Amino acid sequence: MTTRKKMDLKDKLLSSFIAFENNVDLDHPVHEVRSEAIKNFETKGFPSKKEEAWKYTSLNNLQKVDFSIFPKQEAALDYKEIKKYFLHEIDTYKIVFIDGVYSSYLSETTHDGVDVCLLSAALTKPQYKQIIDVYFNKVASKDESLTTLNTAFSREGAYIYIPKNKAPRKPVQIIHFATGNEAALMLQPRNLIIVEENAEVQVIERHQSLTTNEVFTNSVTEIFAGKDAHVDYYKMQNDAKTASLIDNTYIAQKDKSVVRVHTFSFGGKLTRNNLNFYQNGERIDSTLKGVTILGEKQHVDHHTLVHHAQPNCESHQDYKGIFGEKSTGVFNGKIIVDQIAQKTNAFQQNNNILLSDKATINTKPQLEIFADDVKCSHGCTIGQLDEDALFYLQSRGIPKKEATALLMYAFANNVLESVRIPELKTRINKIIANTLGVRVGFDL
Amino acid sequence: MLEIKNLHASVEDKKILKGINLEVKPGEVHAIMGPNGSGKSTLASVIAGKEEFEIKKGSVSLEGEDLEELAPEERAHKGIFLSFQYPVEIPGVTVTNFMKTAINESRKARGLEDMPANQMLKLIREKSELLEIDRKFLSRSLNEGFSGGEKKRNEIFQMAMMEPKLAILDETDSGLDIDALRIVANGVNKLRGKDNAIIVITHYQRLLEYIVPDFVHVLHDGKIVKSGSKELALELEEKGYDWIKQETVV
Ligand SMILES: Nc1ncnc2c1ncn2[C@@H]1O[C@H](COP(=O)(O)OP(=O)(O)O)[C@@H](O)[C@H]1O
Ligand SMILES: [Mg+2]
Repeated sequence: MTTRKKMDLKDKLLSSFIAFENNVDLDHPVHEVRSEAIKNFETKGFPSKKEEAWKYTSLNNLQKVDFSIFPKQEAALDYKEIKKYFLHEIDTYKIVFIDGVYSSYLSETTHDGVDVCLLSAALTKPQYKQIIDVYFNKVASKDESLTTLNTAFSREGAYIYIPKNKAPRKPVQIIHFATGNEAALMLQPRNLIIVEENAEVQVIERHQSLTTNEVFTNSVTEIFAGKDAHVDYYKMQNDAKTASLIDNTYIAQKDKSVVRVHTFSFGGKLTRNNLNFYQNGERIDSTLKGVTILGEKQHVDHHTLVHHAQPNCESHQDYKGIFGEKSTGVFNGKIIVDQIAQKTNAFQQNNNILLSDKATINTKPQLEIFADDVKCSHGCTIGQLDEDALFYLQSRGIPKKEATALLMYAFANNVLESVRIPELKTRINKIIANTLGVRVGFDL
Repeated sequence: MLEIKNLHASVEDKKILKGINLEVKPGEVHAIMGPNGSGKSTLASVIAGKEEFEIKKGSVSLEGEDLEELAPEERAHKGIFLSFQYPVEIPGVTVTNFMKTAINESRKARGLEDMPANQMLKLIREKSELLEIDRKFLSRSLNEGFSGGEKKRNEIFQMAMMEPKLAILDETDSGLDIDALRIVANGVNKLRGKDNAIIVITHYQRLLEYIVPDFVHVLHDGKIVKSGSKELALELEEKGYDWIKQETVV
């Protein structure tokens, strides 16, 4: 047996890249993109707390863990045991990965007028080449280190292509399971979603670790919404307490498209959401909503960016957070309005309730407005519950504990109005109610 | 039923109630009138148990039991209901879900099972018809975006649902047009019985034409300065409060 000095995670990733190259087509143009990306990551490394954007979120502890970069063995899962992690109440397409490896058994893909399949197929088969050339890595940052790390290792994930005027018959679920086969596992899924003119899609994404073994996911999703396209994207972040997630999502929108991203963060150890919207057209509507409910020492950091680059567009941000025990939250909402982006309507709201003295939230709007005829409103609140509301409920016979829970439930639940899959809404409502200890003896 | 003895109450060391005595017996309706700021809402809040107000002296008891140590919800379970002068808006909780929770929590406190869903629906239908409340209204967020009158009508709907022993109506008439006033008064009168009592807080005699009181009290500067029969309300309407103020100075 040989003993090696434990490598730090960056070195391990860099050396793994060489192994990775043995398994991919080096002549494919995408590999050039990967090679550029690994160079960027090599130069930049993991972000540190010295960087303004990472002031409140430290990746130091994660870098000390000896993560497996590629799982050594394939694992299988019995559907019965994991059914509860699916939105099984309705029929959906499913793209399921186990320890980063595609599970055809648990998945249901389609090529019937639309493509709901694997990025690995899209990156290797000639019939997808034209689309890959146009879209792959075109909106994702070529500069941000974690995004480029993902780009360097990009090989597998979900590929969704909805051509002009089409809509899949049902929503798509993308689920990543981690089985705990590895003592510690790092995953880097890469999703590419293209919704052409007047097409639409609904996607639910979930990362789920099934054991207490450590998991670190660094995910990148690119979404392209064509003219008049409609995209609803739901992120379910209710993972095990030993799972950390960095979600980098980049969205490019054209004229009159509507893209709504809802992020529900109830679980996990450390979660960082980098959600970036780029509006490249007029009359675009971008919606970013989130509910975060944390306890213990959980940490969720929402960094949003909406870049208004053309006139007459709207953006709506509404993030609600409830922080108990020693949990910590961050909300940083950046809005850029270019000089030509007149008549922009940009709304941003971040409301938080702290349930304990030891919980903290750092919330900051970051507005960079270069146009003069814009409506831009933002507000953030950090507070306790409204005493008058509490008294009102109590005076109707609802005990203080239940009244408190009900008020928090109402506070969070308000964000759900725009969820367009009723079964998902019910599910999230129940999770919220359970998390807060509200009796849901009523219909939701 | 309700007995208030020499009640002094303060908020943040500001004395608001300065020695109130009042006895309300089952079956009675008492009206409390008085100028703005005289302490009417404070009295109502103290009876309902708002913690902000501190009882400095005296006592409030219901059916012989001192209320001071009881939480607002425990008072509700004993049958006290306050119709708020300013009902609070609670976005995200529908009127129906609020009522279901309130009724079932009160039942739980009395050792009863949840009310069966069909019975609950029937009760909601019956009481909303009594108050002429539209079904659509019930699935809206509680008080959110309601007009002043809608809020008040909704308070009385809640009262009808909870069937309290002692109802305190704090300026329920304000914001109501004459038709709504009639509907609300009718709802209140349905509750009247030999075992129930009602305290009506109002500025105007108008409401008292529909909910006829057995006694009228005038509150001024934290004290009841005059009590009388329903004719007192008419006199106040005619002469205003100034003569009362002068009388008390003398
Ligand atoms: N929470 C409070 N803090 C400070 N002062 C209060 C508070 N509530 C009421 N007051 C004061 O107590 C007095 C009586 O108020 P209130 O009971 O609302 O009178 P009314 O209902 O008769 O108009 C007023 O001077 C009012 O400003
Ligand atoms: Mg008042």
